Amino acid sequence: MQFLPELTLLGAGLVIFLLSLGKTDIDKMKTFAIILGTITFGATLLSWDQEGTLFFGSYQVDLYSQVFKILIAGAMLVVLILGRQLKDIKKSVHPEYYLFLFISVLGLMMLVSSIELLAIFVALELSSFAVYIMVAMRNDSGSSRFQMEAGIKYLLFGVTATGFMLFGMSYMFGLTGSTQLSVVMSKLSYMYAQPAAIVAILMVLAGFFYKLAIFPFHFWVPDVYEGAANETTAFIASVPKLAAVALLIRIISMVNGEGQVIVNVLMACAILSMFYGNLSALIQTDLKRLLGFSGIAHAGFVLLGILTFQLSGYANAIYYISGYVVMNLACFLVICSITSHGENVQINDLSGLHKRSPLLALTLAVALFALAGIPPFVGFMGKFMILTGALKQGFLIMVILAALNTAIAIFYYLSVIRVTYCSDPNNHGRINSNLFTKTASIVLMLIIIIMGVIPQPFLNFATSTVQAIM
Amino acid sequence: MDQLLINPDYPHILSTLIFLPLAGTLLLLFINNDAFARYWTLGITTVTAILSIPVVMAFDTTTANFQFVEQYSWIQSLNIQYVIGVDGISILLVMLTTLIMPLCVLASWNYIKTRVPAFMICLLIMESAMLGVFMALDIVLFYILWEAMLIPMYLLIGIWGGPRKIYASIKFFLYTLAGSIMLLVAIIWLYQTNNYSFFIPDMMWQDYSLTAQTYLFLAFFLAFAIKVPMFPFHTWLPAAHVEAPTAGSVILASVLLKMGTYGFLRFALPITPEATTLFMPYVLWLSIAGIIYGGFTALAQQDMKKLIAYSSVGHMGFVTLGIFVLNIQGVEGAILQMINHGITTGALFLCVGMIYERTHSRELRSATGVGKYMPIYVTFLTFFALSSFGFPGTNSFVGEFMILAGTFKHSIVLALAAIPGAVLAAAYMLRMLQKIVWGGTDNPDQSWLQDLNVREIIILCPFLFFVFWIGLGPQPFIDLMHISVTNLLAQFHAHQGQAVAAVELIFH
Repeated sequence: MQFLPELTLLGAGLVIFLLSLGKTDIDKMKTFAIILGTITFGATLLSWDQEGTLFFGSYQVDLYSQVFKILIAGAMLVVLILGRQLKDIKKSVHPEYYLFLFISVLGLMMLVSSIELLAIFVALELSSFAVYIMVAMRNDSGSSRFQMEAGIKYLLFGVTATGFMLFGMSYMFGLTGSTQLSVVMSKLSYMYAQPAAIVAILMVLAGFFYKLAIFPFHFWVPDVYEGAANETTAFIASVPKLAAVALLIRIISMVNGEGQVIVNVLMACAILSMFYGNLSALIQTDLKRLLGFSGIAHAGFVLLGILTFQLSGYANAIYYISGYVVMNLACFLVICSITSHGENVQINDLSGLHKRSPLLALTLAVALFALAGIPPFVGFMGKFMILTGALKQGFLIMVILAALNTAIAIFYYLSVIRVTYCSDPNNHGRINSNLFTKTASIVLMLIIIIMGVIPQPFLNFATSTVQAIM
Repeated sequence: MDQLLINPDYPHILSTLIFLPLAGTLLLLFINNDAFARYWTLGITTVTAILSIPVVMAFDTTTANFQFVEQYSWIQSLNIQYVIGVDGISILLVMLTTLIMPLCVLASWNYIKTRVPAFMICLLIMESAMLGVFMALDIVLFYILWEAMLIPMYLLIGIWGGPRKIYASIKFFLYTLAGSIMLLVAIIWLYQTNNYSFFIPDMMWQDYSLTAQTYLFLAFFLAFAIKVPMFPFHTWLPAAHVEAPTAGSVILASVLLKMGTYGFLRFALPITPEATTLFMPYVLWLSIAGIIYGGFTALAQQDMKKLIAYSSVGHMGFVTLGIFVLNIQGVEGAILQMINHGITTGALFLCVGMIYERTHSRELRSATGVGKYMPIYVTFLTFFALSSFGFPGTNSFVGEFMILAGTFKHSIVLALAAIPGAVLAAAYMLRMLQKIVWGGTDNPDQSWLQDLNVREIIILCPFLFFVFWIGLGPQPFIDLMHISVTNLLAQFHAHQGQAVAAVELIFH
């Protein structure tokens, strides 16, 4: 029971693998994949109150990990629904695509439960390698090998970040003689004055910075977002970030706030992420690249929540990243629905969307206003909580810089909304979306609004989640 | 909490006013019928207007406390409350908002032809947000509504606006949002300093250090001066006014601009009294600059909407002038002038909209000489134009007179500097009036124009009624605000403290 979600995913992967061996009806298999996704989601819900330790103390099942598993499974389900058609992936590899998707999610679920350095490493690699392949699985459009370039970039940057992480882990082991996270961190806390300890912690964090796309481990983002198929990008942009935040909080909550150097480095990373992401996003014309840069900026905000080293700060970060994933998925839902063959979406392709498909236009507008941090949506509440938490710790300059970033960001979000609502649909036809898409967009919009207007229950939940690991 | 007064006779009246329009949007989401949308929205806004009348009837003019208060906990972990109430400063603005909305719906009856239900949804959300801004007593609630309102207004301009709507709507949004970003930081700072409370009365009249007050005032000033808009920050206004549909222009002129001046009265004066005293001279001279600049620019306009938009800059200059002379005549005149400007300028935008519906041009040239064929129309227009430059007997005369009286009391130089503004107002308004009513020998053929129909007359009559009511018998309006303003200024002068001494040291 404690291992139920992981087993379900593993089983789902195996079933898909068996199906891929024979000649299967592709359409039936897609529906089947969604059913498997729903079952996984159900399994995570079923095991939400499980507690225990598995595999010789390297695998912790607690409220914290289970909640993140629910979030991950939910986000995966939405990705499966919005990427139902897999428009730009070769028909012949569709089963394998689903296989890798499930394997990657399996890795992420194991990641949020891992409390031992090697387990963390294995889980992280399991999730990453599956995604490296998914990126390269896109159709070869115009023989430019665009998707291969993206896949290789993702792989090389990923391996580099993992290299940093492994190096940091070796330091940790060298300094403390253990690979258990709790032992390592409690012993390291006596050594904050030593450069080796600081280097070790920062290098281990680098692996998660890469997943979350925080400066200076963000360089892969724009090209991979652009080169991967829309459905793959939707996955990369949402699900792994949840797991990365989970692990970041797990590790940082064990570092106590005395490590002033660590706080300073994290602050610099947060602020640089915000400025880099927002300023670069201003000049983008490709919607996925734009969302990629905006994701870098949002990761900076999440980090600002985490680096308060407070319970409330961690809770705010969880609230923020959950909201971010919902907003982001809503954007990708629209991106995946409006293309006919899964090609990349330029901002100009959205022109007149409010006439071509009012519901999708509204979804996009709500999601983008929310990302921009306009009330009453979840984006505003998240930013407000994080800024309040940061100012409580006395980071006034940080708060002012972060607030300035909100002002910069609004311009590019608004320029997308402008095209959606204020221009005519020149030559673009109507978009007929099916019931699945409609339901998904309404549900996502409702979540964005409800989380923004009644944040208290969500915050309470996030707080009690974090309390489970403190 | 002793600043609050819970009125047991009308337990949820203010919440009803806020949420009724919002609830009204639900039905419009599902029924996609133009005619139904029009009648339904008219019904909802009319009911809201009628429901707001008991508020002003039962308003207690003998206390400066907040009345009809409702208080609920909203976000416990940050101590954010849903708390609303009205006092003498906000009640008139609430009334202005509720009464003007049905007329905006009527004004869009035939003008808006595409996507009518969506338009009406935007109007209703605007009404909820605007009422909430004036009633909010929790600063986060205030900020949320203040920002949230940008979305429907952006869509009103961006979808149903004129040819340069994209430029105008983006400029409007960016200016206002960029201005209020530092307000957010100020809010969080105040929350920390005041023992983790977002309750607005808790923040007032505290002894913040002068440095803190200076930064707070600058944050407030940037947000509110852009919204007013004061002279160097006004450039978004003409663009937005010109491109917005008639109803949008009316809402913008009548209600949205007032939020800036309301913000000064509600936040800047009570929270940062010393900094206000320090910055007072600069704000006053910026107001004068706005009055003169608005007047001269309006004089040169060929586009009627632009002319009225620039006249707004001038009129709002008078309002900020009245607020920052910081005496009873000035502030009361300023509040009255906020209402007057809402009535008169709103009516003028409606008049321009009516001509535009006929000729499809806002150019003064194409509207010359319509007096002969549209006698009813020019009668209304004349009254509103006279009101706009403060002709005795109309509402603006009372307001401007009080403001100038207050200014004279404060400084004769300042008052003399403001006088040319009043003359300029007469000049540009009479110029416009002369051209529209008579024109010259080269008038275009206007004989095909239809005079106002019953609907249009019904729209304009309430405006005319208030023009003369406030013009001839302003006392009931002043009574509503008197205690609150007196209280505000008394507290203010008690807290000016050292800053006054410092200023006097500099200026004498």
